[in-house]
Amino acid sequence: MASINMVKALNLALAEKMREDENVILLGEDIGQDGGVFRITEGLLDEFGSDRVIDTPVAEAGIVGAAIGMSIYGLRPVCEMQFSGFAYQAFHQVEGHLSRYRTRTRGRFSVPMVIRMPYGGGIRAIEHHSESREALYAHTPGLQVVVPSTPRNARALLRASMLSPDPVIFYEPKALYRAFREEVPDEPETQPLGKARVVCEGNDITLIGYGAMVRVLTEAAEDLSDQDGINADVIDLISLAPMDTETLVQSVSKTGRAIVVHEGPRRCGIGSEVAARLAESALDHLEAPVRRITGYDVQFPYFARERAFMPNSDRVVQAARELLDY
Amino acid sequence: MPKKTIDIEHDLTHLSILNEKGEADESLAPKLNGDTLVTMFRNMLATRRLDERMINMQRQGRIGTYGPSRGQEASQVGTAMALRPDDWTAQAFREMGMTLTRGWKMDLTLFFWGGYEEGNAVAKGHNDLPIAVPVASQTLHGVGIAWGMKIKKKDSVCITYLGDGGTSEGDFHEAMNFAGVYDLPLIFIVQNNQFAISHPRRKQTKSRTLAQKALAYGFEGVQVDGNDVLAVYSATCDAVAKARKGGGPTLIECVTYRLSMHTTADDPTRYREDKEVKEWEKRDPLIRFAKYLRNKGVLDDESIEGIENDVKDEIAAAVKRYEEYEGLDPLDSFKYILAELPPDIQAQQDEFVAALQNEGKMSH
Repeated sequence: MASINMVKALNLALAEKMREDENVILLGEDIGQDGGVFRITEGLLDEFGSDRVIDTPVAEAGIVGAAIGMSIYGLRPVCEMQFSGFAYQAFHQVEGHLSRYRTRTRGRFSVPMVIRMPYGGGIRAIEHHSESREALYAHTPGLQVVVPSTPRNARALLRASMLSPDPVIFYEPKALYRAFREEVPDEPETQPLGKARVVCEGNDITLIGYGAMVRVLTEAAEDLSDQDGINADVIDLISLAPMDTETLVQSVSKTGRAIVVHEGPRRCGIGSEVAARLAESALDHLEAPVRRITGYDVQFPYFARERAFMPNSDRVVQAARELLDY
Repeated sequence: MPKKTIDIEHDLTHLSILNEKGEADESLAPKLNGDTLVTMFRNMLATRRLDERMINMQRQGRIGTYGPSRGQEASQVGTAMALRPDDWTAQAFREMGMTLTRGWKMDLTLFFWGGYEEGNAVAKGHNDLPIAVPVASQTLHGVGIAWGMKIKKKDSVCITYLGDGGTSEGDFHEAMNFAGVYDLPLIFIVQNNQFAISHPRRKQTKSRTLAQKALAYGFEGVQVDGNDVLAVYSATCDAVAKARKGGGPTLIECVTYRLSMHTTADDPTRYREDKEVKEWEKRDPLIRFAKYLRNKGVLDDESIEGIENDVKDEIAAAVKRYEEYEGLDPLDSFKYILAELPPDIQAQQDEFVAALQNEGKMSH
């Protein structure tokens, strides 16, 4: 067992899989010599060489489009988008092709590849470096979208993503890259795509989130427990597409109340989907409306204003109190 | 610190072997045996006849909108014939001549334009990507395939097809750049058919040729008479041979003309003069190649009629299979979305089944 941060955990997952499967190759901007701007791929060029750890020109569509072709040819590419804010230049390849090849060819060609990209606020970065647009991908049929929340599940999820027969958008909460360490086992492990995780259990309210917001939720759950004696189920969605409706419904059937939290805009966001699923499948159990604490439907501010803007545990605690009094 | 001229390589050739009268420059002509020449002709003729049939069927409402290949048969067949089965193609959507040459059944053409994914279900063993509709997006998939070949140290190559309009897309630029930087065994076939729907070639780019675009990316560009199947074939063979030996990419601009409409939904009289079309009809690739083969004694009236009948039968059989197809299952949309259907989409499939049953479109 070693105690590592998320950067190391992702690096470890890549290295482990690359050692096992020579078809796994990495493409991205500054991922080789430089080890990636967040150092996720540090040391991999030395170990695997420039045919497998490929520094590309600055061309997101090129990276994703080429990876699609490589994948069809039998390689297992893992692409890095330097920031999710630049991945829109590849979005037409994702929507137009990556997500469609299996259907288009009735299974003759599938595209087993992973696109990793850092998202989210809280690192005092310039414009385009802090947004959360996971809903765009989750809205696109044919994609699997996952978001890790700890070093251990980051490693396990990335491994599972690299093993998946279909494309995975691997959305990395960059605020958590170096936020904390966690013990990880010596042997590689996988975590099933498509399953949510119950972080802690309580009977009074369900707090739902993913990525960096999971820490906000656990903090809120502690405060609610300490200050109000309110006990929360905290659910880490992990997989946004597909979404684990069953785990959500099970929890809300018990608690009758739910808050869903994310950094991305509210309108047509993941929270809207969660709320709709609860309305469809757990209405009889709901004692109060589902609340969404999210980014607002305005532009994510420049970083001087981001602290005020982002969802925090105080807002979750306040909303929980209101729902308990509803 | 003088101001001086930078000496960059800028040779650009235009290749033409077979003229409009069917006369060939035999010193440039590829050395092909009679069987190969007949195959070449048959592929071009099959493309022409199926194309005509497709337009008729669209007018009769038996298929949907269709994008014709008329006039571009030499560019499509000539390039495809330079490939081996272990080579790959990444096509756009106006490459029927290429797919027939690569051995695709005519059925796929009918099914694709008839609105069935079955038309893009490329048969196992055929190393061809399906039709890609978003302009020039497929060129990047060609990059990836050629890159895979290079990484796996194969001596195979990939051709990616696009049109003159496609050269304005960002994906084309990125594909050219990647192909150049990584020296990939990739051949860009630009079918310059003079129009992107209504937008003429001269307004697509200020460049004098499309071939010269390759020079900016550090590799060779060649222009050929795209209505001359011998020139197209010869230039492609050269590019393929170079790529197999690790010589990197080539762009071949096939100067041709779309004799039909962009698609059957288009009315070309809105943007081009009939006399221009008439001029290009004189340069018809099929007619000139037939003349050449007759002059050479490879074909005569009788053998051409034999090929015509053979093609007619093949088309009739394909149309019959298409029109008698009974495989239309609405649930196919769920079958091929992911390798394994997740529970939330499974629930939607159940809902869909219930809706269909309710509408009487599916038995219980």
